[in-house]
Amino acid sequence: MSDAAPRHPAPRARAVLLALLRKELRVELRSFEAVPAMSLFSVTTFVLFHFALQRNALSGDLASGVLWVTLLFAAMLGINRLFVADAEQGGFDGFLLSPADRSVLLYSKALTLLAYLLVLELVAVPAFALLLLGPGLWPALPSLLAVLALGDLGVVVIGTLVGALAVRTSVRDLLGPMISLPLLVPVLLCAARATSPVLGAAGVGALPLRWLLTLALYDLVFALITFAVFDFLLED
Amino acid sequence: MYGKRLRPLALTTFAALTLTLVLAFFWAPDDANQGFLQKIFYLHVPLAIVTLCGFVYAGLAAIAHLRTRDSRWDMRSYVAIHLSLVFGVGVLISGSIWAKGSWGVWWDWSEPTLVSFLLIMLLYATYQPLRFAIEDPERQARYASVFAITAGAFVPINFVIVRLSTAYLHPRVLGDISANLPGRFQVVFYLSLISMALLWITLWRYEMTSKHAGAQLRALRRALAGDEDESMPRRSAVPTLNVGSGAGGTRAGGDSVGAAR
Amino acid sequence: MIVPGLLEIPLHEAVPYVAGAYTAFVALILIYLAIMATKLSRMERELGELTELAESRRRAGEEREEL
Repeated sequence: MSDAAPRHPAPRARAVLLALLRKELRVELRSFEAVPAMSLFSVTTFVLFHFALQRNALSGDLASGVLWVTLLFAAMLGINRLFVADAEQGGFDGFLLSPADRSVLLYSKALTLLAYLLVLELVAVPAFALLLLGPGLWPALPSLLAVLALGDLGVVVIGTLVGALAVRTSVRDLLGPMISLPLLVPVLLCAARATSPVLGAAGVGALPLRWLLTLALYDLVFALITFAVFDFLLED
Repeated sequence: MYGKRLRPLALTTFAALTLTLVLAFFWAPDDANQGFLQKIFYLHVPLAIVTLCGFVYAGLAAIAHLRTRDSRWDMRSYVAIHLSLVFGVGVLISGSIWAKGSWGVWWDWSEPTLVSFLLIMLLYATYQPLRFAIEDPERQARYASVFAITAGAFVPINFVIVRLSTAYLHPRVLGDISANLPGRFQVVFYLSLISMALLWITLWRYEMTSKHAGAQLRALRRALAGDEDESMPRRSAVPTLNVGSGAGGTRAGGDSVGAAR
Repeated sequence: MIVPGLLEIPLHEAVPYVAGAYTAFVALILIYLAIMATKLSRMERELGELTELAESRRRAGEEREEL
């Protein structure tokens, strides 16, 4: 709840959110810490998979799996970076001293992570289509985008929570992935199952709605949980 | 005072366990399909149920901790997770042995209970490292509670999703927990469930008593030794209970060796 | 319980598995109890030390009173 100081009314949440988002954008553009690393990492990983699996083209289950695992690991890099600047340079304290509603920090970080993921996918998905995907990307694209959207939401919701949890520990780079990956297994499970028919060798199959529905529900539940507990991480 | 009802509780547990074992091996008939091997069912399934309930309880205790800021709830949550981790190892081992006996393989991805458990154990294995990585006791407790709540919510959801995922491939379920067990099977199953729950509760109380006594000991040492206390407060993953007259719970009190318990 | 792909295990082969599972569990619990027991004995030792400390303090206090 925002406390109204005697003379100045509390700033509207939307204004604060926009201000925070502008700050995040500026920081990222200035330092280029997260997104280039994530994108480069994903392309390199595709190359690794080519050599490891000894395949030139993937389709179906294998393509779906390689794509999602790569995206997930690249997302780990982003989650690690999400709060680091704030933790190291006192951004948390600055925010807490302001009269803004605490949940706005959650929204800003979540939207930032979503932005990271979207830019990552702008690079990774075409790269994947170029390097490893057997069937063409264009016919699969609409369905693929739907799955990517829901999968991203899941990663964002869990990543923001775990990122905040892990950042002020002494081993944040290790704990972040260690805690988020088990929590993200259902996301991976549903997303991979949903994507496999879409990337089928014999043409684009139907998008299995049950997995999308499960994924959406999972996203919803953990969004609620994150929203409920996030404030407790910011207290001091 | 956690030790008060410990003796009657322990005795009841012992009696229940003995009765269960006797009935399971001498009264319940052999299963038509699995024969004698099915007896593992009375160990594995109650163990799994109790472990999962333990993790969920830890989440509930964590919610209580965040609401009341009472360190005792944090300790309850911590001990519950700790104990459920031990029981969880038992689930994985007994399930694996049962799988080997039933299908000839130590691990099968289409066994939903074991797969769910693997995930849950991987998650909760990070609880202790998380605690140990935060030095300030108050923040450690708070962050641990956030984790326990999130993980506690994950437990049932993960179970459902994994079951869903194996339902469409050929599921090889080791034991059906549902109530369509005939007569004697059902009686022994519920009895074993009660016994396992009693065992968990007894051990939980046992560990709570031990931790509480340790905290009181530390408070006593602080009161007696005062300035001369040379024992360095060591970093610890164990929650610090606030005991004694205003004995500061804000010191990162060392318990046993490092992050052990 | 109809479980697909089940092997037919004769009794004498099933016993080691059942015994193994139950034994593993008992061993797990016993290890847990043993670790708790170690902690308890350490606590007992510390308690003894503290009692001695308190005793010596009390004696020192009495001696000072006598002077």
